[in-house]
Amino acid sequence: MVAEQRFWVARHAGKLTSTLSRRLGRGEGAVIGGRVALALDPGALRRLARERRIALVSGTNGKTTTSHLLAAVLRTLGPVAHNATGANMPDGALAALADAPDAQLAVLEVDELHVATVAGAVDPRVVVLGNLSRDQLDRGNEVRAVAAALAQALRHHPDTWVVANADDPMVVWAARAAARTVWVSAGSGWSGDTAGCPRCGEPLRLTLGRAWGCRCGLVRPRPQWSVRREDCALTDDEGLSVPLSLHLPGAFNLGNAALALVAGAVLGADPLVAAAGLANVSNVGDRYRKVRRGRHELRLLMAKNPAGWAETLPLLEPDASLLLVINAREADGRDTSWLWDVPFEQLTSRPGVATDVVAAGERAHDLGLRLDYGHVRHTTVTDPVDALACLPPGKVEVVANYTAFRTLARRLATEHT
Amino acid sequence: MSAPTAADLAIAVLLPDVLGTYSDAGNAVVLAERARRRGVSTQLLTVTLADAPPHGADVYVLGGGEDAALPAAARWLLRHRMRDALAEARAVLAVCAGFQLLGSTITDLAGRVVQGLEVLDADTAPGRERAVGEVVASATVATIGELTGFENHRGHTTLGPAVQPLAVPTRGTGNGTQQHGRPSEGALSGAIVATYLHGPVLARNPSLADHLLALATGLDQPPLDLPDQEPLRRAYLETSPHARGRRWRPIGRNRSRRRG
Ligand SMILES: [Zn+2]
Repeated sequence: MVAEQRFWVARHAGKLTSTLSRRLGRGEGAVIGGRVALALDPGALRRLARERRIALVSGTNGKTTTSHLLAAVLRTLGPVAHNATGANMPDGALAALADAPDAQLAVLEVDELHVATVAGAVDPRVVVLGNLSRDQLDRGNEVRAVAAALAQALRHHPDTWVVANADDPMVVWAARAAARTVWVSAGSGWSGDTAGCPRCGEPLRLTLGRAWGCRCGLVRPRPQWSVRREDCALTDDEGLSVPLSLHLPGAFNLGNAALALVAGAVLGADPLVAAAGLANVSNVGDRYRKVRRGRHELRLLMAKNPAGWAETLPLLEPDASLLLVINAREADGRDTSWLWDVPFEQLTSRPGVATDVVAAGERAHDLGLRLDYGHVRHTTVTDPVDALACLPPGKVEVVANYTAFRTLARRLATEHT
Repeated sequence: MSAPTAADLAIAVLLPDVLGTYSDAGNAVVLAERARRRGVSTQLLTVTLADAPPHGADVYVLGGGEDAALPAAARWLLRHRMRDALAEARAVLAVCAGFQLLGSTITDLAGRVVQGLEVLDADTAPGRERAVGEVVASATVATIGELTGFENHRGHTTLGPAVQPLAVPTRGTGNGTQQHGRPSEGALSGAIVATYLHGPVLARNPSLADHLLALATGLDQPPLDLPDQEPLRRAYLETSPHARGRRWRPIGRNRSRRRG
């Protein structure tokens, strides 16, 4: 009785704070609201999750996009609770569930370090793991330690299906602990962290196609589902072929869509029906959003770490100018060393004049020096909005890391175009 | 010694697959580019766990890695007798785990001991907590000056009495130990420069890059114009307590014990 009242108070206090915070223009209300509710009642998340079918989406890159795609898939079955703003800590999960009390289905994007906590509270039907690579090392989170913690968390949920990318050795190492797995060959563009075997540290052998293996016995599991890039399709091992027609660019988004469709299938959504709806997902939060501003047409892209940048650089339109924005706040990781693992040298093959690349952001000079050494001609202007003035009229591809992206997207929205 | 001919400077990056976690391979890019701009051409060699090493490279660069990767790296270095190659190199830069591996022993949290290459008289054992954050340190060689970098390590390294530290930290942890009564960061021993600083350290500290290039080529290293370098250095030095006036001062009674 007392517990129920506390829960009610916590939930409504949380919602009220969330609404207030939104009205006051303090950005995303979800986190603040969820934080209040969790502080008032630590059991709130467990109770809000009761009787729902919940999918958690985690991994280093693409979890926001994958969660949006999965929410679109599950909407073919009914209303879906979803932490769509990317508030991926336990408080964000709680706020999403509180905001959609009638949704039987939920998609919760979860930070990879918080999977154990959230899974412990919501007992998910499905956990989606797309990739694991280095991110925010300054918190001491070596990628192997993150994978080990995930494996530990999954061991506690023998009834949970883990939909995992068979092409990412670190994901395989984490997901092998799970009792029930569906392996998806979703592709992997980054090998920088897994050239050494996740289990024993010896070199991994790349064998035929996307296969890989190690002498210690860790090998790529045989996938039940695979992305076929040639004709943009998801195929299963019994010959089913699902067309992936996406609005989102890039091979890695084909992988994200594949994981979303397979996770949806586990929860009962027919992939052939659900795939049709994926083309309607055109931006994710503000990612991939197009903004007209003065003489410029901007496209906003987020890339947070070497793997994310390696996936994003090939997407950049050759005739657009570039605004690259880097911060190093706590949420980004304070250490900017990772810029040296981004293959910026690729940009030297672009056509264009010296002024068409601008390095910006609070750590513009860290980026600028990296570009200097990579032979990428550029100008350095700390303020990204001021930096636009340096660029010729026309298309501008904006690539920014986490807080740089959020700050710039907000400024562009409030400034009005 | 005559000026090196084209592609005369071979720079080998050792084990970036396991000692590449903190982007230290960028140090080799910095060395090669600074040499190139001064008319010295270079060859960059990448040597992974699956390769056999090129003995006789002029410069070797080792970076930091995850704790779990350290034994595999140590086995590779010992198996390929890299002790001789490193001892004969014109210049060696070893960062973080790379620094630890050049020492005699590395003890992990469970008390297991990994044998290092014994190129440096140094032993590493876990500290009480992980040292993570910005470091500012005054080099023990005047021409190198102030160093900045980002450290991220648990190991504390004790230098043998004859080993000169690379620098004295004024902010951050560095080696986590004292050398002759002062906190120490890294080590300098002949052609070997060892440090806990990432960044990569040579991008952040061009004077240290040029110190290594001078060792490697025997040539003076005239300044280079990289427009982002000065504002970047200023930013890192200004955010340090050093710049706010809390300058580290040598303690008088320890001066007499310093090596000449
Ligand atoms: Zn192995």
